[in-house]
Amino acid sequence: MALLWIPILSLLASVIASVTGNLNRTTSAWLTATMPAIALGIAIYYTPVVFAGKTLLYSLQWIPAMGINLSFRLDGLALLFVFMILGIGLLVILYARYYLSAKDSMAKFYAFLMLFMTAMLGIVLSSNIIQLWLFWELTSVSSFLLISFWWHQSAARKGARMALAVTGAGGLALLAGLIILGDIVGSYDLDVVLKSGELIKNHTLYPVTLVLILLGAFTKSAQFPFHFWLPHAMSAPTPVSAYLHSATMVKAGIFLLARFYPALAGTDLWFLIVGLTGLATLLFGAYIALFKHDLKGLLAYSTISHLGLITLLLGLDTQLAAVAAIFHIINHAIFKASLFMAAGIIDHETGSRDMRKLNGLFKFMPYTATLAMVASASMAGVPLLNGFLSKEMFFAETLHQQVLGSMSWLIPVLATLAGVFAVAYSARFIHDVFFNGERICLTPPPHEPPRYMRVPVEILVALCIVVGIMPNFVVDGILTSASIAVVGHALPEYSLAIWHGFNLPLLMSFIAVVLGLFVYTQRKYFFQFQASLPSIDAKAWFEFWVQNSVNYSAKLINVFENSSLQRYIFLFLLCVLVLAGLPLFDMVKLAGSEALMPISPQNAVGAGLLIAGALATIIWHRVRIIALLSISIVGLMVSVAFTRFSAPDLALTQLIVEVVTVILLMLALFFLPQKTPKESSSPRILRDLGMASSIGIVVGSICYAMLTRPLSSISDFFLANAKIGGGGSNVVNVILVDFRGFDTLGEITVLGIAALGIYKLLTNLPLFMPSSDGEGRPWAKERHPILLASVSQSLLPLALLVSVYIFLRGHNLPGGGFIAGLITATAFILQYIAHGSQWVSSRFDANYRKIIASGILIALLTGVGSLFFDRPFLTSWFEYFKVPLVGKVELASAIAFDLGVYITVVGATLMILASLGKLTIGTEPKESK
Amino acid sequence: MEILYASCVGILVTCGLFLILRARTFPVVLGLTMMSYAVNLFLFASGRLNSNQAAVLGKSAQYADPLPQALVLTAIVIGFAMTAFVVILSIRGRADLGNDHVDGIIPNKNKVLQRETR
Repeated sequence: MALLWIPILSLLASVIASVTGNLNRTTSAWLTATMPAIALGIAIYYTPVVFAGKTLLYSLQWIPAMGINLSFRLDGLALLFVFMILGIGLLVILYARYYLSAKDSMAKFYAFLMLFMTAMLGIVLSSNIIQLWLFWELTSVSSFLLISFWWHQSAARKGARMALAVTGAGGLALLAGLIILGDIVGSYDLDVVLKSGELIKNHTLYPVTLVLILLGAFTKSAQFPFHFWLPHAMSAPTPVSAYLHSATMVKAGIFLLARFYPALAGTDLWFLIVGLTGLATLLFGAYIALFKHDLKGLLAYSTISHLGLITLLLGLDTQLAAVAAIFHIINHAIFKASLFMAAGIIDHETGSRDMRKLNGLFKFMPYTATLAMVASASMAGVPLLNGFLSKEMFFAETLHQQVLGSMSWLIPVLATLAGVFAVAYSARFIHDVFFNGERICLTPPPHEPPRYMRVPVEILVALCIVVGIMPNFVVDGILTSASIAVVGHALPEYSLAIWHGFNLPLLMSFIAVVLGLFVYTQRKYFFQFQASLPSIDAKAWFEFWVQNSVNYSAKLINVFENSSLQRYIFLFLLCVLVLAGLPLFDMVKLAGSEALMPISPQNAVGAGLLIAGALATIIWHRVRIIALLSISIVGLMVSVAFTRFSAPDLALTQLIVEVVTVILLMLALFFLPQKTPKESSSPRILRDLGMASSIGIVVGSICYAMLTRPLSSISDFFLANAKIGGGGSNVVNVILVDFRGFDTLGEITVLGIAALGIYKLLTNLPLFMPSSDGEGRPWAKERHPILLASVSQSLLPLALLVSVYIFLRGHNLPGGGFIAGLITATAFILQYIAHGSQWVSSRFDANYRKIIASGILIALLTGVGSLFFDRPFLTSWFEYFKVPLVGKVELASAIAFDLGVYITVVGATLMILASLGKLTIGTEPKESK
Repeated sequence: MEILYASCVGILVTCGLFLILRARTFPVVLGLTMMSYAVNLFLFASGRLNSNQAAVLGKSAQYADPLPQALVLTAIVIGFAMTAFVVILSIRGRADLGNDHVDGIIPNKNKVLQRETR
């Protein structure tokens, strides 16, 4: 359980930072740092257990059906990374407190930084590979936010975008790889994956999986040729560079290689890809670093080179290569973070990072200079420092490998060459910045940084020395347990001693130092040569590529999306036609086995009217009033069809809805043009008719195929249980208010929302009020004919009575809340038509919004009520009572639910029509002149 | 009867889609109404066609499938709400945009045609 707290605490730190960041800077830094400090304490507490070889697990079910759990796992490798992430993270918090200027938002910075920390912890602790990927992407996103922290600088924005694009694309490749991996193994659980190494390596999909996962790792760890984003990410604030781009995020790719080492490594393909990529990155980074005039640029390429070194080690087929890789991960994180911080101090105090301007800083900041020099020496691999030890191990391993067959001798030679450049650029970092004459045009004279800004550097440099002198004492435990986690079995003997006697690796180191210093002294010639090469601006190239793909996509989108609704609908219908139509060709016979029903003359007449109405609608669709009248015939015939085919509830509903719809559309027509202009060309009409009739044929055929096939329905359950379970004999109504009551609740809610939307659409409507009909005739002077007014008034109580009757009997006979509600609404609409809305609202001033809300509330509360009787939501209750004189009476909770439906339907229908009708007030008929 | 029923559904779909493909809002609203008839009839047909078998217990020997009926009943009411929403939207659109074209703008090439018909 405490394991879960490590990422949670770091997430809490993010929240704390965002809340407290703008109060007092020092307080905020302390408060933010508490959480990771506690997490570090938890990790230290677990250290003995992990060193004893145990793997801690904590798992919460998340999406069990897909095998995805929220699970965390702590083994040696994870512990090492947790220490690095939390330890360096704490130092960075302290450092950033003094680095950020008063203008920068500390809350934002710390919040993003802690979010990133959470993501990193999530990666290293994940026990589920999909979860690992999720945190992996979170690091990409949070690092985007951190790199673009100074968003007002164009370089920061572009650098952040490039980093996100490259690592994000790699992340997608990784996801694909992990999914295939999970598919091969049959589980997303890391333990299972790690134990299935043989299965994975012998699978035919192994090469694909490997390449996809390596793409993820290489983009994240800035391996050649994906390295170009890292130098551009240096436009981030320096604490970010120290944290993300030296110690943690770029190590995530390395972590991935190490994590899946037991599952994926060991094949020729692995050695070839990983080894050669690492070698190329190592050489390339070391060479380019020498020519960077920007301090952080030099460090960035140096980081690329060192990441290449670690990758190369993981790609070597020797016994101790993995140990050396882990050791160098630790050492690189320590010395590179301190160097970045030193570079940040120099930048902070002088305002420049350009080594052509920065010279002779030693006399201004001797203390910082000494620290930076020690760290650089470690980077170069000078004895008695930690960098020397892992470099020696690296040289030793290159001598033992057999990766390139008979050409394997090349690797130690090239490794030494990279060492030469590493010494040269480290020498430059020391000599060019702190000595080498006087500083150029930098005023005022720089001085040492604030006391506490130097503390993190001091701690890290002290670690460089301690590890360098007493490696066994300091890192042996964590190195061994992490290496065992990587290799997957016990390690062969190895020694961390400083002195191994005069041997070949020592000679290689010696050559590297001597030649490196020589190269640095002769750097003028190298600079000249480098300047004569054609330069490639990665940013311009990347921007060009991004712009091109954006333009291409825009063009492609414009082909389909030309902002014409008719075109979208046509394309959509085309897809429908293809998807629904093609399978019909696979059917052997359209007609099924069921016997057909004979066509009665009444049915034939009804169908004829329906077809005639439909055709009339499209023939006269430009004369809108005629089209509306024609379509009402169709609706009427649909309602008749429901009557004929044993659906009385439907017939009633359809009939009343039809009336209401036609009234509504007629009212709407008042505000719309009376006629549709002739716009479509004949080919267009032909095209549309063709498309519409094709789909009509397909739908009709499917309908016929369905009608003539035997029915197997789940309704037997409803028929059997309606009376005994729901207490009603009208099964349709029982389904609505009981079996599928939850659906009905959703539907009346939608009805209410639609009505409220209409209300909102009609408020503040700029009115377009015609004073005459389409033919130019003025409206009739008599707005409310006396005959209609008096008849409708006397009809109202009758109609209300009918609706109450329909409502009450609904549970057992055709009727119910929906139908009764529509009848009531229609009766009121008739009053509106007959008397005008002023007349109605002066007598019956109802707030329809409240009516709708109370209807939905009643239905909801009825549902909730069953919870009090320990029954699931919306369980209905009913009982029969004997009432004197009246006889047996049934009481059911469903009737309360149906009442909610009734009220909602009344409110919504009236709201829709009354809101629209109200707009016509003030359009007094005018005499035509 | 099944053939006639299926033909009716097919014709309603045809007419409805043709209207939906028009350029002005009101015919599109009519088209949507027509399509909702067609869809309701189609869904209703999944319970097959039966005469005099209303799903009211004790009123007949056999019962029609009540489930599609219940689904279609709510579909009719929701369909009304949607039609109402779309038609009010088109009124609002006309008031705000000054025309009732589905794209909110009358395309240039049609302006000539429109003037001719006036």
